[in-house]
This record gives sequence, structure tokens and C-alpha cells, in this order.
Amino acid sequence: MKDKEIKGQSSFNQIKTSTNVIFNIIFLILGLMCIFPLLFVFSISITSEEALRMGGYQIIPQELSNAAYVFLWNERGTIFRALFMSVLVTVVGTVITIALTTSMGYVASRSNYKLKKLYTWIIFIPMVFNGGMLASYVVINNILGLRNTIWALILPLACSSFSVTICRTFFRTTVPDALIEAAKIDGADQFRIWSSIVLPISKPVMATIGMFAAFGYWNDWFQASLYIQDKNLQTLQSMLNKIQENIEYIANNPYGGLSLQQYKMGMPTESVRMAIAIVIIVPIACTYPFFQRYFISGLTVGSVKE
Amino acid sequence: MGKEKAPRSKAKVRKKRWTKDDTELTLLSLPTVLWYLIFAYLPMFGVVIAFKEYRLAPGGHGFLYNLFASDWVGIKNFKYFFTSNSFAMLLRNTILYNIAFIIISATVAVGGALILSNMRNKRGSKVYQTMMFLPYFMSWVVISYFVYALLTPEKGYMNGLITALGGEPVMWYQEKKYWPFILVILNTWKGMGYGMVMYLASITSIDTSLYEAAVMDGATKWEQMKHITLPGIKPVFVMMLILDCGKIFNSDFGLFYQVTRGIPQSLYTTVSTFDTFIYNSIQSTAPIGQTAAASFFQAVCSCGTILFANWVVSKIDNENRLI
Repeated sequence: MKDKEIKGQSSFNQIKTSTNVIFNIIFLILGLMCIFPLLFVFSISITSEEALRMGGYQIIPQELSNAAYVFLWNERGTIFRALFMSVLVTVVGTVITIALTTSMGYVASRSNYKLKKLYTWIIFIPMVFNGGMLASYVVINNILGLRNTIWALILPLACSSFSVTICRTFFRTTVPDALIEAAKIDGADQFRIWSSIVLPISKPVMATIGMFAAFGYWNDWFQASLYIQDKNLQTLQSMLNKIQENIEYIANNPYGGLSLQQYKMGMPTESVRMAIAIVIIVPIACTYPFFQRYFISGLTVGSVKE
Repeated sequence: MGKEKAPRSKAKVRKKRWTKDDTELTLLSLPTVLWYLIFAYLPMFGVVIAFKEYRLAPGGHGFLYNLFASDWVGIKNFKYFFTSNSFAMLLRNTILYNIAFIIISATVAVGGALILSNMRNKRGSKVYQTMMFLPYFMSWVVISYFVYALLTPEKGYMNGLITALGGEPVMWYQEKKYWPFILVILNTWKGMGYGMVMYLASITSIDTSLYEAAVMDGATKWEQMKHITLPGIKPVFVMMLILDCGKIFNSDFGLFYQVTRGIPQSLYTTVSTFDTFIYNSIQSTAPIGQTAAASFFQAVCSCGTILFANWVVSKIDNENRLI
């Protein structure tokens, strides 16, 4: 009996093997449910239009075809422009977000800053009250006149009290006042301290904020649907949103001696939609597992009460 | 925010005069403060639109000029909104969906986190977490395509399955009765990974010596969960609850608008919420004052509910209040 107990030390206070197996089965099913859309959409995108018409959407492709991807390649002018816009908005937006958020977070975290109390309120009030969707729309559209500019996609999402709070908590706990004082004695001003001392040691929090921002920008279609009509400024998401009603939206470059009309008639409509969805999901699906821990650290820091 | 009141001794040490340091810090934060003024505080003044009857003044002036030249109409816009056919329906939909979302998501997230934390194969648990995080990173536009592939009447996978089993095909996008379930399932499915991982992080941060002591005292797994794990995650749980209650008048616009493919007429009364109503009004030619009234009503209610939820929590359990 005693021997058994010692032997069982490693499995001490653990659930029974049978329970563990059941738990694993449950989670395997849940996990598969979550990646199922990716596989399903991909398998539709490589099914021939003929098979889709006859057999409907199937999990296992009835007849393989690369027609959708050939079509997208043929329309690469449009696709690459949208891809470029998506990347541009994501990169510029993320950089601006990090700059705005970390500077505000740093300033609000300084305990001897004169306006500290005011800043606490500036950050706090938008967490509980906002002007509503219409008022934001009016400000961006009518007062700032950002309609059909890239800034309408970037600026409204560039900062949030949630991420500023994460930064402030982080700086308060990891940047000691002594370090700042020492830098000041060496003659550094606050801007220099922020850029060459604070930012380098705040990589974890920058990664968290940056990741939230980058995925937010990449996935945004809402701002685009409100403010962007210009075809040249479409991102991938807003293009996908547009072709929901009108797939012919992207059919512009007939080839093989077809007229535009014939070309539009013959395009692999169903699979092309799904192929564009794949173009959007794959970059995310390939990157998020590597950045997942930053999300988790952000979630835990964010849940530290102020 | 209770912490902001620094101890007295510290307040004495604090410099009273404005220093060069303060100037530099102010300049450093200036861009962000400007952002806050323009994108967070300026819209708050948008409330005046709700009390005006916006008209284009002759002479092609800008928006602000027209706004100030328009007549004050008191609460007429609000009256119109409250007495319209849609109001009761929007209120019911928004609140009931949110209550269902909050209860089901919280249950799934806490339950899932408890299971994950007890799982013996840690690597497996990591893999499951990563898989379940994927929907969180997909936009509703992408998800709406996937749902379409499942539900479209002629070619959809679900109808294929139903007819293969000998049933009648369902016109999914026209049948009201299925949508509350579809929306709840999708919402739970998308937020599941996020919720579980958050609660799991809070479970792993519980002091392990508590469990060791409990085992010494002969506590079963079940008792440990009841007396250590659940109290341990209570602060996070309460915080999430307050935040969720604050959003009870808001809705995830993409879920309601994209997944239903722009809210077809046949589903209008089942899947409309304040957000979809306001969005549709912005896109239509509805008078801007009425839209502003709806939008302002929503914002005020959100503010009210978050403060109320916080007040309730502070009465029951002052330690866990948010503000």
C-alpha cells in the first residue's frame, strides 16, 4: 500500500486515466470544430465549379480544380492591390497604435507627473461612455472629412483605453522611478528616456498591444464598409464583403479571346469566393500560434485591477 | 481607481510646482491626448444632433454650420424612436441575445478552463487551446462565407445532409426560428478559445501550496475545485461579468449583420439589434437626428448598466468592484 503511494507520487492529485481520456476526446472534438471552417472553405475553393453545381458544397472535394486560384492569379492586379492595402493598413496602423499607446501609458504611469489625475480620467471615461456609432461616423465623415482616405481605416482604431491601461500597469510595475531619475541626471529628456530606455525594456507589452492591433486591422471590414467607396482603397476584407452580393466586382481582365460578358459568365463564382477567404485566413492561421502567448500575457495583465 | 489616492506622506513629497519634466511628459503624450479628444471626446458632443432637426442651410456650408443653423426640436427625435414599431423589438433582441451570450459563454469558458487545467497531458492541452483560438482571429465576413457554405438552401452542406437522411430541406435564411440558436452557437464558438485561455491563466496563477495543503487534509478533486479554484477565479469572473453587463445594450455588429447576409427581410424581427438598426439608418436616407437619438440612447444605457453592475458588485462584495 505504502509502496503504491510512493510510486504514484507523480500522478498524485491527478484525475483518473479514464476521466483524462474523456476530457481529451471532448477537447479534440471542440478543437476540430474550430478548425473545421478553414478546411471546409479550402476544400470548396479547390473543387471544380461543375462539381459544386451538381453536388453542392462537400467536405471532401468531388472533383479537384485549381480554376479559382488561376482566376485570382489572372485578376492579380485587383487582388494584389487589395492585399497591398491590407498590409499597408496593418503595418502603418500597428506602428501608430504602438507609438500612441506606449507614450500615453508611460506618461500616465509616472507617479510624480502633475497631470496624472487628469490623465486617469481622460483614459477612464471613454471606457464607460462613448458618443455612439452615429456620432463617430459624423466626426470622421463630416467633420474630419476622412471618407475615402486610408486614415479612415487607421485612425479610429489607433488607440483604446484598454490597451493604454495594459501599458500603464506594465510600466508602473517594471520601470522603476530610480532608473528614470538616473537617466535624468545623465541629462536625458523624457522623450529620450521613453524612446531609448522605456521602449527597449517593454518588448513584451509592445508585442501584446501590437498583436491585438495587427489582427484588428487585418480583420477590419466595418470601417471600410462605412467610409470607403473608392475601389483603389479596398482591403481584402472589404473586397470579400463587396463580392458577397456581386462576385463580378472583381472580374475585369478577360483572357483567351473572351469578351468581358463571356468571361463573367464562365468564372468559377463559388470557388473564387472561398479562395479569397483562404487568402485572408491563411496568413492569420500561420502566424497566430506563434503570437498566442502574447495574447495570453495581455489578457492576464489586462485583468489586473487598477 | 481607489489606488489613485496616494498615501499622504507621498503626496507631501510630490512636487507642487510645474517642472520641465511635466512639460516634456505633456509633449510626449500630446498626440495621444489629441487622439482622445478627437475620436473619443468629440463624438460625445454628437449628442446635440439628437436634439436637432438637421437641415442643409442654403449656401453650401459645412456640416457644423448646418448643424448649428438647424432648429432645436427638444425630445422629438427620441419620441419618434421610442414610439416606432422597431423600438420594443430592438430592445428585446439586444438584451435577450446578450443575456444568453453572457450565461452560455461564461459557463463554457469556466467549464473548459477547469477541464484544461486538470488535463494530464499538458502538450495536448496546449494544442487544443491553439486550435480553439482560431475562430477568434477570423472576421465575421470570413465566417459568414463558411456559414453560407453550410446553410445555403440548394447547395449547402446541412441541406445535403438532411436530404440524405430523408428529411425536407430547410430554407435557412428565411426561417426565423433557427436563428437564435445559430447566433448563440456561433457566438459561443468564436469566443470559446479566448474565454477558456483567460480563465485558465487565472487558474494557473493560483498558489499551488493551497492544493497541496488541501490534499493533505484529504480533499477530493471536487472539493478542491469548489473551495480553491472557483474562489480563485472569482475576481476575474466578476470583472468579466461587469464588463459584459456594460455591453448589454451593444451587440457584435458583424455577427448579426454579416452572418445573416445583411439581415434579409424575413429575419428582420429576429436578428435586428440597436447596432444593425443604426447602421442601416446611416446607410439609408433616414433623418440623421432620429439615428442620433437611437445611437445616444444606446450609449447612455451602456454607461448606466456598467455603473449599475459595478454598484451591485460593490454592495455584495466590495473587493471585486471594478471602479
